[in-house]
Amino acid sequence: MGRFILKRLALLPFVLFGVTALLFCVLQFLSPEMRAALYVKDPRQLSSLEAVIDKYGLRKPVYVQYGVWLKQLAHGQLGYSETAKMPVVDAIKEFFPATFELTCVSFLPILLLGVYFGTLSAVYKDKLLDQLTRFIAITGYSLPSFVLGLLLLMLFYGKFHWFPPGRYGLDTDLLVHGDSFRHVTGLLTLDTLLNGDWAAFLDVLKHLVLPAATLIYIELALLLRITRSSMLEELGKDYVRTAKAKGLPGSMVVRKHALRNAMIPVVTLSSLLFIMLLGGVVITETVFDFPGIGRWGVEAAQQLDIPGVLGSTLLAAGLFVLANLASDVLYAFVDPRIRLE
Amino acid sequence: MKKLLSNPSSLAGLALIVFFAAVAVAAPFLARPPKGARNPYLIPQDGYSSEPARPSAKHWFGTTESQYDLYYGMVWGTRTAFEVALFVVVTSLFIGILLGGAAGFYGGWIDEILMRGTDVVLAFPDLVLAVVIVSVTRPGLFNAMISVMLVSWPSYARLLRGDVLSIKERDFVAAARALGASDARILFRHIIPNCVYPLLVLASLSMGRIVITAAALSYLGLGAPVGYADWGQLISLSRNWIMGGSGNSFQYWHTLLIPGAAIFLFVLGWNLLGDAVRDVLDPRQRS
Repeated sequence: MGRFILKRLALLPFVLFGVTALLFCVLQFLSPEMRAALYVKDPRQLSSLEAVIDKYGLRKPVYVQYGVWLKQLAHGQLGYSETAKMPVVDAIKEFFPATFELTCVSFLPILLLGVYFGTLSAVYKDKLLDQLTRFIAITGYSLPSFVLGLLLLMLFYGKFHWFPPGRYGLDTDLLVHGDSFRHVTGLLTLDTLLNGDWAAFLDVLKHLVLPAATLIYIELALLLRITRSSMLEELGKDYVRTAKAKGLPGSMVVRKHALRNAMIPVVTLSSLLFIMLLGGVVITETVFDFPGIGRWGVEAAQQLDIPGVLGSTLLAAGLFVLANLASDVLYAFVDPRIRLE
Repeated sequence: MKKLLSNPSSLAGLALIVFFAAVAVAAPFLARPPKGARNPYLIPQDGYSSEPARPSAKHWFGTTESQYDLYYGMVWGTRTAFEVALFVVVTSLFIGILLGGAAGFYGGWIDEILMRGTDVVLAFPDLVLAVVIVSVTRPGLFNAMISVMLVSWPSYARLLRGDVLSIKERDFVAAARALGASDARILFRHIIPNCVYPLLVLASLSMGRIVITAAALSYLGLGAPVGYADWGQLISLSRNWIMGGSGNSFQYWHTLLIPGAAIFLFVLGWNLLGDAVRDVLDPRQRS
């Protein structure tokens, strides 16, 4: 077990190396002038671009440039993002908590609803509840998040004015950027509570409802399907029949016997799901004008703000790789049959 | 095939796809391009006011922002949707078969290099990598298709490699080799035809996702340009109008609901069909 984890950890640098190399290759489509922005700390430096190009050898062979860039990267120097109007490292610190908060708020409902209804759907196969669950799953799978998001906005913002886009309203904006506000976690739901401001807390919560609802509906589908099919497989096995033959009540067989085994693929999936959420927020944040990593990345891509694109993408890829690792480890941990060497 | 037609949900999927295919084929008759139009995919504009107009006898689905005729855009957009989906699936299947087949068949360092390559591409959320590729290669529909293709092939390559690994140990492969067949012949005539079903299942299941990813790129303004008949792009035109007008908050409903419904039904059709294909072709799922 320990060796398996170590082996996976040892692979990590290679994947990260590949990730940076791939991104760097893609960047070669751009002129040296555009790539120079990667090495700039302050917008004033942009006036002397030629000097930057010379200094970092942007007209030299690719592998030389790559080495220089990696060194910068290792020093946490990621350039200046025009769209965020701040250095990339600061932008990540600024935007990541928002994305993380949105992801966390959506993750728990997905997990609970997915497992609960996925299980029920398997137990009551082909009954009304199952049909309904499958309908929700297949529609969630087929509905693009930007369509759902815009529909929700049309209804709950345009018609009812209940849930506005953005991350907070004007009052909260003044409060959060005021002097007396203590920033503890960066997660505004927690911070407003810690500052004891109920009105701001409710305001922040109100802004989370629609993007979270969008994410939940879209991402729920996968979990529903996996839980259902995994549960169906277990329910058809001999040990379940044995348990039933012993005269155990059905609910007990489901909860104590089948569900525990059916959860194995679900547990592994859930760590992947968390990361898919982090990827899925790209569109959702854009639709709801929610100031997180995803919206920043998209804006950077639209305006060809290369440091911004690279910073947000590296962050996404890094998280993705870590989650894959976590999912593998979790898998080996949960399923005693899988003890990889 | 019989099974495909007997299941109501797969039948519904098939009906949806057949309907869209019919619209795509009949596009020049359903929505006649204006006289002298150089490119039928460019939606005709009726005036220059930015405010969308409601459905009327002249514009069946109304117009969207900047007076683009929505009906015309929807009809020709069906063609775009098929082109994007088929292009991406076929090209990424091709790359996946070539690289996955080579990796599984030759093994050794070829396998190692190719599979680490898929690791790297799979280390990105697919939309994120696609956004990066399009943005640096200049936004446009073709570049968007290429970028979705570039993020889609690794899953095919992975799947095929695994199957090739197990099939190449079978006796009939050894027999073909003993008869003096070349590597290429063994791979393409004997091995790959034996592992093509799981690949087809994956392809039909990923069709919907590909359409959504490509539409998302267009929605973000990185795909088809404004005025091009593309559903994702039409939806992005509705973005400024979801608040409605004074007194009627659903005044511009058609700008969002019509293209939104089209994408949804198109993807739904592929997903229903994909599920059915999987049930038919994958023996493990049979009950």
